[in-house]
Amino acid sequence: MLTGAATTLSSMARRVRRETLKIHKTAPGTRIASSLSCVEIFVALYYGNVLAFDAHRPGWEGRDRLIISKGHGAISLYPILADIGYFDASELSKVCKEGSFLGGIPDCVIPGFETINGSLGHGPGVAVGMAIALKRRRNEATVFVLLGDGELYEGAVWEAIMFAGGHELDNLVMILDNNKACMLDFCKNILDMEPLAEKFRAFRWTVQTVDGHDAGALAASLAALKADRSGKPKILIADTVKGKGAPSLEGDPLSHIKNLSAAEVDSLAAGLE
Amino acid sequence: MNDESNGLRTRAMRDVFIEALGHRMKEDENIFFLCADFGSPALDRIRKECPGRFINVGIAEQNLINVATGLALEGHTVYAYAIAPFITMRAYEQIRVNLAIQSQIKELNVNLIGVGAGLSYDVSGPTHHCVEDISIMRALPGFVLFSPSDWVLASRFVDYSIRVKKPKYIRFEGKLSEQIYDDKEALRIEDGFCALRQGQGVCFISTGFMTRTALKAAAALGKNGISAGVIDLYLLKPIHGVRLFDAIKGYEAVITLEEGFVNKGGLDSAVSVLLEQNESKIKLKRMGIEDSYTFDMGTRDALHAMNGIGVGDVIAAVQGIFGNER
Repeated sequence: MLTGAATTLSSMARRVRRETLKIHKTAPGTRIASSLSCVEIFVALYYGNVLAFDAHRPGWEGRDRLIISKGHGAISLYPILADIGYFDASELSKVCKEGSFLGGIPDCVIPGFETINGSLGHGPGVAVGMAIALKRRRNEATVFVLLGDGELYEGAVWEAIMFAGGHELDNLVMILDNNKACMLDFCKNILDMEPLAEKFRAFRWTVQTVDGHDAGALAASLAALKADRSGKPKILIADTVKGKGAPSLEGDPLSHIKNLSAAEVDSLAAGLE
Repeated sequence: MNDESNGLRTRAMRDVFIEALGHRMKEDENIFFLCADFGSPALDRIRKECPGRFINVGIAEQNLINVATGLALEGHTVYAYAIAPFITMRAYEQIRVNLAIQSQIKELNVNLIGVGAGLSYDVSGPTHHCVEDISIMRALPGFVLFSPSDWVLASRFVDYSIRVKKPKYIRFEGKLSEQIYDDKEALRIEDGFCALRQGQGVCFISTGFMTRTALKAAAALGKNGISAGVIDLYLLKPIHGVRLFDAIKGYEAVITLEEGFVNKGGLDSAVSVLLEQNESKIKLKRMGIEDSYTFDMGTRDALHAMNGIGVGDVIAAVQGIFGNER
């Protein structure tokens, strides 16, 4: 279990990173580099007093909705959901194993996951639909949607971004895990998307940027963006490193498709004890 | 069938459906209507009377499906309305993932209304012809596929669409539709098909616009002493196989008629599988569009003749099976 001694967000992030590595060791089919870049984002959301949730009532009407559009890179959410009680921690050793509901890409069969995930670019549009529904019901909950920066190549994402800006969906917060790499290369070598912040501002979004590995700063930014209801959707561009914490993955343009060896995981996990 | 002096009226499926839906939307605040910049006179009323629940997402079918999904995940009944080839094929992967796959886990009542089934948009050319939708939408588990032959059937689907909480694809005619069914008579959508005409020897199983062709062909054949049955199969998924086979088992031959590709999973494939499952000796002739697109201009009837699915072609096919008289 993760709770107990861990008292700060950064120590929680170390624990989540360690648990994520352990999952990867038993389930090497998981996308470890993508899952490591958003560890602090998840920690900030769940332990940083950002998300409203009730693990015992996953469908609670007042919950904030979190859509994991970058489904492949969310294995690091498993230890958190287990820790806060969405499912038993013993399930973590079964990821990708026969009979387990925890797959290489999480879906809505898992308590705590709102939507089907895995095909990139759908999350923002679905989040827009939820945001409209909540506004209509005068439900104060916020819809969060996590994207990878490579996902911005999908055209449907921009249909949703344009719609959210035009319809002033200020109960929508997008979090961009800006780890700057796709499957085959760094984004800047594929098709440079900068300046990103200006693009979102042009679509009438409020934009903030943050160090995506500073859980405290992430929590503060996310809480502020959640509270901001000034008529614009909001995006937090989290500057992250793909494969964060695993030296053999950091800086490797092909980290997306690389696995860590069992020995490497053991060594990294030991360093995070 | 298009003779209003018979008391039969000609109306647009979409107008009748949207009009009836508009009445339900006034009573039921849970219903949303989205469109991808596609209209109908009846929509103006919904826009006026249900503000906030009519949303034009713009020419953006992918977003149309995704936004509809988000609303449905929050418990709303949603209608998503666009031109048939675009709502099905431009956004097929959104439909597959967010509606077909996800509805296996979560209840999603999203009703996709595609206008312009088959060759409805005759002179707009192959981009606007919709000849793949039956095949590709039938391929999706959990989906309901409704293909009405007239506006009476179309209007009766409103109640079903609200009541049956599944993703659905509704393929509407793009032009005015001639009345086939009695608008005073009770119709059960769940029945899935209607034997409009009993025959001997040969039976047409048709869907959508082609039911009109089947009825015309059957009437002409009747004058030659050939009595052809006509089954209007309006629910293409799910198909009630037991009842449908029961309705055709007395015939020697079945001819499927669809304004869509044949041999690719459409109506013809569904009937073929049904016959195979029943180890039936009934002969099957598939009539639909062969493996190419149509660029030539012409009326709907002319396009049908070019594709070998005109009334004359259907009559000839029957004569090919049975000779001129029985």
